[in-house]
Amino acid sequence: MTTPPKPPFADPAPHQRRPRLAVHKFSSCDGCQLALLNAGEGLLAVAAHFDIVHFAEAGVVDEAAEADIALVEGSISTPDERERIRAVREHSRWVIPIGACATAGGPQAHRNLAHAESWLASAYPQPEHVTALPTATAISAHVPVELELPGCPVSTAQVLTALTSLLAGASPRPEQDKVCLECKRRGQVCVLVAKGAPCLGPVTVTGCGALCPGLGRDCYGCYGPAENPEVATLARRFRDLGLDADAVARRFAYQNIGAAPFTQAVRDWRRPAVGHGDGDD
Amino acid sequence: MTERRIEVPVLARVEGEGALDVTIRDGRIADLKLRIFEPPRLFEQLLVGHHYSEIPDLVARICGICPVAYQMSGLHAVERLFAPDPDAWPLPWVHRMRRLFYCGEWIQSHALHIHLLAAPDFLGFASAPAMAVQYGAEVRRGLALQGLGNRIIALFGARSVHPVGARLGGFWRAPARRDADRLAAEAERAIPQAEALVRWTAGLPLPAAPQAFNCVSLRHPVEYPMMGERIVSESGLDIAVDDFEAQVTEHQVPHSTALHGLLAGEPYLLGPLARVNLNHDRLHPRVTALLGDIGVELPSHDMFQSVVARAVEILQAVIEAAEILSEYAPEEPAYAEIAPRAGIARGASEAPRGLLWHRYDLDDAGLITHARIVPPTSQNQARIEADLAATLTAVGLDADDATLRQTGEMVIRNYDPCISCATHFLRLTLHR
Repeated sequence: MTTPPKPPFADPAPHQRRPRLAVHKFSSCDGCQLALLNAGEGLLAVAAHFDIVHFAEAGVVDEAAEADIALVEGSISTPDERERIRAVREHSRWVIPIGACATAGGPQAHRNLAHAESWLASAYPQPEHVTALPTATAISAHVPVELELPGCPVSTAQVLTALTSLLAGASPRPEQDKVCLECKRRGQVCVLVAKGAPCLGPVTVTGCGALCPGLGRDCYGCYGPAENPEVATLARRFRDLGLDADAVARRFAYQNIGAAPFTQAVRDWRRPAVGHGDGDD
Repeated sequence: MTERRIEVPVLARVEGEGALDVTIRDGRIADLKLRIFEPPRLFEQLLVGHHYSEIPDLVARICGICPVAYQMSGLHAVERLFAPDPDAWPLPWVHRMRRLFYCGEWIQSHALHIHLLAAPDFLGFASAPAMAVQYGAEVRRGLALQGLGNRIIALFGARSVHPVGARLGGFWRAPARRDADRLAAEAERAIPQAEALVRWTAGLPLPAAPQAFNCVSLRHPVEYPMMGERIVSESGLDIAVDDFEAQVTEHQVPHSTALHGLLAGEPYLLGPLARVNLNHDRLHPRVTALLGDIGVELPSHDMFQSVVARAVEILQAVIEAAEILSEYAPEEPAYAEIAPRAGIARGASEAPRGLLWHRYDLDDAGLITHARIVPPTSQNQARIEADLAATLTAVGLDADDATLRQTGEMVIRNYDPCISCATHFLRLTLHR
């Protein structure tokens, strides 16, 4: 255990009041908030240990409330959200983005590599009624954050572990290992070697429990890139397995397409096609 | 002329971002809009260029609360194109396991809505944790049922939110028998709990306010509908899933990022109450017996009976899950190969919130050239607005702001709107 870079609780005597927890939502599917709403007794325990000051889906609404810890779900994809996250930053001591949308932009970051305006026009007959930014981006692209919990979705264990660490005054330690290592720890057969499946395990950070290889299928990177991922090498390996260039690109085009190493792989391998030209060059 | 304006910054206990604007002028509702401003994530666009095999792992992310529904509608669409004979496909084992998987999602989603989102309204609490102080046993029973639903999803999907087990033709791997056996015992023990839940919801102090509306759902020859080939309505509609587009129009309104759906130009209702109204003859005999016992009459056109309908579907799903699990035997492989072909894939399933219709146009390489997804909440939006107008008028437009605001929020929450399929903040603006 290490000491947090910054104490999570401003009050010098935190035992005199419960730490304040806020849960904010931006562009997302709501799935990461379920880490708490699906926690069962864990949810009641969180409600007992924290003063929940804002958590709209759970019924507590005060978006401007001062918070010690703000869990943030979702990406920034509208001008309003860009303003809102700055306010959250001002009101919160620790800002913790949870999930692939908040840490990498989420699947909606597909549009960062496309012509967002033409996409909007095809979704809505009158796109002028719809206010959206041309990109969907991570929270950390807009404000500084203290800790990121990746995953699509984050798990109850990740969120509760981080919260209890902070309660104990210790610094939560994000996962660093790759899915590959987790697979070996579990004694699972390597689907890349044994089946020639285009598995993203070698470049993806663990935290999921290596679920996909556990079912005999290839990882699709929903926890996002690990540190120093050898993405270019893995992409060439996929080509050698027989995938065409577009299929190689698509392996990196799921929930973490907005994470820089995966974005680069998509740009490197995707053939220009209608609706898929890079909008920013 | 009198006109007043009140603002409620956030509506809690819904899934998504939206607002309610009501203008009351001279004692009448001059204008009423359920505004949905959940940011568009453009899923129909980002799917273009992806391969059909990638659909389950992409469309799940439209909704964290009903990912199974998105996976099932997507797979149903593609498989109906590749194997057009519904009698031959999917394999019987796969069909049963998909129902079990889907039962898990209904149990989880309905239990979450009843206990964490809706019940505090009926019992006068701001939130479920606040309600748990006085109704600890009821909340814990609800959380336990929610947990059972999640474990059924995870049996196939390895996790309950965005599960990774579903694939074209079936599942990546069949669950181990000992895991299924353990869950079978748990589901069996949950049946009396689900029965008690139905009794409890039927005894809640619900407002009684029947309205006229047209219910729409899937209809199956023998099963309570989850996936199916026919879409029916109370007004006599009986169409193939393929003909949905010709009957339902979606149109954009300036106050919403969700497209409004209309059937023959009229609002319609989807979801548990619509399903149970149209399919109560398909409920398990044990469910029917209980309903007779406690005097729940179906069909019902009292929208607040939706919470009872949700509990009824939890019981239906728990019983069905217990039966399927008790006879479980794994199959290997847990999927069947299916030859792809180009064309238009259309399919539908009953998400917890109602009919979820998908269309994918596939080219010769199996790539998506066009996608269209019609979620239940956008289809219900026009119905919610009609309900709001009727209920607020019935309460009395001269009532104080707090009463109108609270009633409006309760009406909206009663539909379990998933605005992430759309939103989380509803702002009520009253102009009068």
